[in-house]
Parts: sequence; C-alpha cells; structure tokens
Amino acid sequence: MSATTLTGTLDPARARRSGLFRRFLRKPAGVIPLAVFVLIVLVAVFAPLLAPYDPNYVDLAVAKSPPSPEHLLGADSTGRDILSRLIWGTRTTLWGALITIVTAVVLGVPAGIAAGYFGRAFDKIAMWVSDALQSVPGMIILLVVAAGTRSDFVILMATVGVFMAPGYFRMARSTTLMVRGETYIDAARVSGLTNTRILSRHIIRSTYAPVTIQTALTAGIAMGIQAGLQFLGIGDANTPSWGAMMSEGFRVMLSNPNILLWPSLALGITIAVLALMGSTLAELIQLRSPEAKKDRALARRARKGAPGVAVVTEEEVRPEPPALTTGTLRHIAETSALRVESLRVTYGTPAGLVEVVHGISLDIAPGEVVGVVGESGSGKSQTVFSVLDLLPDGGEAHADGIWIGGREVTRLERTRRHELLGREIGYIPQEPMSNLDPSYTIGHQLTEPLRKVHGLGRGEARGRAKAMLERVGIVDVERVLRSYPHQISGGMAQRVLIAGAISGRPSLLVADEPTTALDVTVQAEVLELLRELQAEYGMALLIVTHNFGVVADICDRVVVMQHGDVVEEGRIDELFAAPADPYTRELIAASLDDADGRAELDAAWAASGQTEAPAPGVEQEPRAAASGITTEANR
Amino acid sequence: MLLFTLKRLGAGLVLLFVVSIATFFLAHFAISDPTAALLGTSATPAQQAALAEKIGIDQPIMVQFWNWFSGVLRGDFGFSWRNFQPVGEQLALKVPVTLSVVTFATLIIAVVGTVFGVTAGLHPGGWFDRVTKAVSVVLFALPGFWVSLVLITWFAIDLMWFPAVGYVPLDQSFTGWLRSITLPAVSLALGGIVAVAEQLRNAILASNRQDYVRTLRSRGLRQRSITLHLLRNSSPAALTTIALMFVGLLSGSVVVEGIFSLPGLGQLTNQSSQNGDIPMLLGITVISVVFVVIVNLALDLVLAWLNPKARVQ
Repeated sequence: MSATTLTGTLDPARARRSGLFRRFLRKPAGVIPLAVFVLIVLVAVFAPLLAPYDPNYVDLAVAKSPPSPEHLLGADSTGRDILSRLIWGTRTTLWGALITIVTAVVLGVPAGIAAGYFGRAFDKIAMWVSDALQSVPGMIILLVVAAGTRSDFVILMATVGVFMAPGYFRMARSTTLMVRGETYIDAARVSGLTNTRILSRHIIRSTYAPVTIQTALTAGIAMGIQAGLQFLGIGDANTPSWGAMMSEGFRVMLSNPNILLWPSLALGITIAVLALMGSTLAELIQLRSPEAKKDRALARRARKGAPGVAVVTEEEVRPEPPALTTGTLRHIAETSALRVESLRVTYGTPAGLVEVVHGISLDIAPGEVVGVVGESGSGKSQTVFSVLDLLPDGGEAHADGIWIGGREVTRLERTRRHELLGREIGYIPQEPMSNLDPSYTIGHQLTEPLRKVHGLGRGEARGRAKAMLERVGIVDVERVLRSYPHQISGGMAQRVLIAGAISGRPSLLVADEPTTALDVTVQAEVLELLRELQAEYGMALLIVTHNFGVVADICDRVVVMQHGDVVEEGRIDELFAAPADPYTRELIAASLDDADGRAELDAAWAASGQTEAPAPGVEQEPRAAASGITTEANR
Repeated sequence: MLLFTLKRLGAGLVLLFVVSIATFFLAHFAISDPTAALLGTSATPAQQAALAEKIGIDQPIMVQFWNWFSGVLRGDFGFSWRNFQPVGEQLALKVPVTLSVVTFATLIIAVVGTVFGVTAGLHPGGWFDRVTKAVSVVLFALPGFWVSLVLITWFAIDLMWFPAVGYVPLDQSFTGWLRSITLPAVSLALGGIVAVAEQLRNAILASNRQDYVRTLRSRGLRQRSITLHLLRNSSPAALTTIALMFVGLLSGSVVVEGIFSLPGLGQLTNQSSQNGDIPMLLGITVISVVFVVIVNLALDLVLAWLNPKARVQ
C-alpha cells in the first residue's frame, strides 16, 4: 500500500490515518528505524537461507576464533558460527516478542476498552486485577512457570505477556475514557447508534495509534526480559538465542569480548529501533496544547484571509514595517503609569508568523482607570500579557516602547523587567479557580511573594496577608488562610487573587476580565471592590473586558479593540454619548441588551445582600462570599 | 486519614491473600512432581515416595494448602524441601541483600530522574531535553544485565573502584556494603531513570501551562520558587512510577544478582525454582508482596499528603 496515493480519499478518518503514516515516514526518526526493523524481520524470516552454517554445529577446531572469511563474526567457545547463531537468534527473539505481544494485546485491549466504555463494576474489577498483576513479583512467577513447564518457550513468553497486559489495559481504558467524553460520541448515542456500533466505529479506531506505540515499547521490554531469562539459562539449549549467546560471552568476556559484543549489539539495536519508532509515532499524535490549537486556528484564519489576522513572513517583520499604529497617546511618557507604543504581538506557527496585535498604542495616567473593550480574539489579553511580559510560549511582543511608571522597559533584561512584577505591577486574572495553585493553602500563596519578593518575615507576611484579605471583604480570614483553593467559592477566590495583586502595593493594576467568570451578584461586588481599592491606593487600573456595563461602571476612559487594532478611544461619557465607530455602537448595544447595566447589578446585589430570597433569575451562590467558605469542604 | 490508611491497608492484605493463594496453586500445578526435581533423575521410586511423605505432598492439595496457610498466619513459612532448613531463616538472610540493592537503585532513580525530568520539562525542545531524549532511547534499549557487564568491566576490573562480585553486609562495614551494592544498583536503576524523567518532564510541561503559574510569575516570584510549585504539582505521576519501579526491581533483580553473585532473593528464587522447592518459592512470593503492599501504602499516603483534595475527603 502506497501511502502517497491515498491523499485524495474522501473518508476523513482514513485520510487522517494514512496521513499519520505518511508523516511518520517523512520523519528521519520514523523512516530509518522502520527500515532497520523491516530488515531485522526479513533476517528472521529468511534465517534458514541466510545463515551460512547450522547454528548448533560444533567445530571445536575453530573455537573462540576471531572473525575470518569462513566465519565472518568468528566462532564461540564451542566453535559454533556466531553469525549463524545471531541470525537464528533473531528469529527466536522476534517470535518470543510476538507471543508476548499477542497475549498482552488480547488480554489487555478488549478489557481496557470495555472497562473504559461501560465503567461500573467491570471497570472496578478489571482495575483491581490490573493493579494486582502490577504488584505481583513477575519474575518469581516466571521462574515458577519455567520450572513447571521445563522452560517451554511459548508458555514462558505468554506468561510475560500476562504481566505486560496491564500496560495495554490502562492505555486502552484511558483512551476510551477520553474518546467517550467527546461530544460526538454523545451525538452518536443520541442518534440511536448501538454500543457495538459506537465501539467499533469510533472507539476501537481511536485506540489503534496508542496500541501501536505501546506495542513498540512492550516488544522492546519483552525482548529484554526474554534475553534475561535466556541469560539465566532458562530455555531450550538447542534453540539459538541472543540471551544464551550473551550468557556464554559473559563467561569469556575478558579473553574474548567479541563473543559478547555481537548479540549485545543485535539486541540493543533491535530494542532501540522499536523505541525510536514508538516515540516518533507518539510525538505525531500527542495531544496538542491549547496554545498550539489556538495558533493553528489563527493560522487557518490567516490563510483564509480573515480580517485582522495577517500572516507575515520573517523578512517582513524585521525590518519594522511602516507601522500603521492605531490608538491614541494622551500623556507624557515620563509621567504616565503605563504607555504602550505601537505594540505588535506575533505567534510562530507552522504557517509562518501570525500577527494578532497590529501595532496598538495606549496609555494610562497615574490614578486613571482605562478599560480595554473588545470581543474575544480582539487582542485584549495579548496586550495585557505583553505589558506583563508573560506571553504564552511561542508568542512575541515587539513595541516601539513600553513605559511602566515612567520607565522604558522593553530594553531591560528579562530578569530586570520581571522585577517589576509584584512590585510595580499587580495582575488580576480572569478565571479565579485555575489561577490558584491547587496544592498550596491560600495563606501560603499570599505570603510566599511577600516573603520572597518583598523580604518580609514570616509573621509580618502573615499579618499583611490577613490585612489584605480583610480589606477585600473576607470575613473569616483565619479560616480562608488555612483553606485550599478547592475549599472556597469562585467569588472568594477572586477576592483572594485581588488581595494577592495589591499586596505588593503596585502603582499599576492590570485586570484581565476580572468579573467574567463570576456570578452576576458577585460581579457587582468585585467591581465595587476594585473601584474602592483603586481610589484608596491611587493606582492606575487597566481593565480588560468585553462588557460595556463594566466599562460604564468604573472606567474614566475606554479603548475599543477589534481584530488586533484599536478602533476607537475616548472619555467614557463622550464615547457613550457619540460612539464614532460602528463596532463600538454594536458593542454598546449588545451590552445594553443582554448584559448587566449598573442599575441592574445594583439591584441584584441589593437583593442578594438584604433579603433572604434571591432576585428573580439571580443564582444564590454568592452568599458564600459573605459567610466565609462554601459548604463543599464540609460535605 | 486513619480510616483512609486502614482501608488501603485492608486492600493490601486482600492482595497479599489472593496472590499467596494463586501462587500456591500455580506452583503446585506447574511443578507437578517436585520429588523428581529435588532428587534428580537417578532417584529410585522408593526414595521419591519417602521424600513425598516427608514433605507432605502425598496428602490432598487442600490439606497441604491449609497446613501451609495456617503456618503463614502464625508467621511460620515451613521448611525448605531442599535442605529442610526453616524458610523464614533463609529469607531473613537473603532479604537484606535484595532490599539494599533495590532501595539504593530506587533512590538513584528518584534523584537522577527528578533532576533530568525537571530540567528537560522546564526547557522543552532545548538541548538538554533533546540529549535526554536520545540518552533515553539508548538506556531503554540496553537491558540491565548488559549494562552490568559493562560496569563490571570498567569500574570493577579496569579501574578497580568497586568489587566485581559479592556482598558485604551492612553491619560488617558501611563503606564495604555501599561499594558492594553500587554497581548492581546502578545497573538496575538506569532503565528506571528514563521512565521517571519522562513522566516528570511531561507533568512539568503540563503544569507549566497552567494559569496559576502565570499568576505566580506576575507576583514576582523567581524561577526557583516557581519550579517548587511545578514540582509539587507534578510529583504524583513521578512517585507512582517510582513505586512501580520498586516493585519491578524487587523481582527483576534476579539477573543482576546473578551477575554480581549477590546472595539475594533473586538467586534464591532461581535455585528454588530449578529445585522445585515450593515452600521456598512461596515464602519469597509472600515476602515480596509484603514489601509491595508496604510501598503501595506509603505511596498512597504520600499522594494523599500531596493532594489536598484527597486529604480533606
């Protein structure tokens, strides 16, 4: 089957598979080991034709002889031809590995798929058996079996397979669980497909690649175990095997290293090509990171010529293109809290560099509150991460200048620039729960920067953390400090993150959609808190949001972004009164329609805070913010 | 927490029970006529019958099982069929050898695997990551016993830094003990280092993409502190692998013990299986599973300690 002729097929699943094989062949780390492995298989298959001598023919006259034209690799200590034994040993090795793998696959894969798909009791029992098998001292059982069966090769290798089955079981189970969670399986079930159809059409297919990888690695391990057993002298003395050859070579290792060398090389190379094939294949089908996915999506949009995303090649980016900067600068650089001049953000993708922010400028005066508004994908968050210098992997920011606290920072060394974090700049993230380290207490997460960055003592840091938590409106401070993130509510987690952001007394606070992930009533409280804190500390506040309600609520000025450009900028009252750009009008209209205006938020807040019954349509979760801790921990 | 510990301990005892029974019947089924193996081919039927009576295999299998099992419950593993010494005494001699080597090997795996995994995981695609990957393939491809041979040739015979064979008990000489187990432990460890490093690398890579890492950085924490956070969140995967390694090495040390002439459990297993010495094999199995249960219990406790969610429930 030629993989290249299959490119035009219409079946997407098949194309995907043939594509995988083709990509595998295109990699040197794929095709070279595959070629070597095919060669090894051929040697095993044609052993009778290839071997110059009977592998067991003893010719004492040539015992331990070095390589010669008659015996290309020399002869072993009883005068048997090493090359012939090596060739026949290839057969034994592959045959043994095959038995092991077939046993392991037959036992492990169906059980794993069934356990993952049906779950419940079968899953529990199968998991227990699998765990038990992994806990049993396998070599002891192998030796017992060897003793009982007079070292029957097939039974021994099959026993090895039994101990390898848990690997397949776990792999098939986790793959099935993953696929089962996909929405298209739900869709298939809703549309009335039977379990058998779903299993055979979707799930079994998705285990092919993982099973292949597992097989490459298991084969290698099985060969190692096989050689080890043979090395111990377990096995038929008349069957030539690499392990037995190594055992024999070991005894004369010092006088005739040659005899040990060849079987060791053969075994090492065979296992190595298997391992290489497995790891190359694994690399090809590994789960992509979310960023990579985003990059691909961007690249795709760029290829389609979507507005706002431009693919630029390396040469186009530097030297700097005649930059068309969007946005307005209103303050003097040296006295501004933040000034961004013509910022570009690019991501490296397989399709080339993709630019997601196209040269925007904005600035904030000390004590000013500026909102950056735009829909998702408009480049708001990328701008924030560029200011922080914490872009995700693959992202790069270029700017004519970024000024923080009146200081140009783009030319600073990375470590110098990062010294601004937590001191000059505070950052409030979007999703409160994922932004707290699940393994540490809130107390630890709040005090660690105070101690390590600001040099406070343990008690001092704890005192400051307590004060901060009290300041952000947390009642049961001691308890929250001792809690882990999963023990507190989302609203409280966001308060904790705000406390963390301001505990370094920054002059610039950057908030990336600080209320989006929260319930409506908590949103209002958190915004109120931000406004108070901003006024109290006189911080400049850059707040990113897609919600004009938030903007109207607390901002002095607003910057509207779309597709990586600034489309409009102005004082909040002016912009609301007379939005110039149609996109701005659209955004304002959308916010007024379905989102929360200040009055609505206030009403909801008042309702949740003052009456027992929640306002209609308002969820009753946020009381947790006042009472300290959600009931989760106590359940 | 106490309830959790008791539950895990109970599960371990069930495992011990099941494996013991399974091994008992497997051994009696596989080695159908142990007297032949014990006495050799030259034995007369009368001699065989006498031995059979002496070791009790003329009795029904269930009676044999009960005799053995009730003994084990009292801590009595019975007598070796080979030399009629108590199995327990012989195990007490051999276990420290294997345990020394395997524990040392696990320690090497944990330390070196962590260093490699963290370094590679923090700079994916960097030179260290690529070198580690290449070395991984090589180490994976080399069976432990082959590595032992190379180590013996270089470090024991050429350089004479370590003894080539033999075991020095800990209570005789600490340095002698350490020297005698270093080469075997290293050859056992090499393959495991790769597995742990790979696990940890991928876990670190995944943790590094989490939102909270960016937030920690935004607080001004330096890389060293961030690395601690990453390590704490990535360690469960690596610890599970390390525990599995220990179990694998416990029984996988047979070949390496043979090469280094270490009088440990592995050697004993090999001899006993060839001799058809079933009580000895059963004793080895039970003691091995006991260690497995202990290690798994310790792992569960450490994992629970590392994961606050599991701890609270």
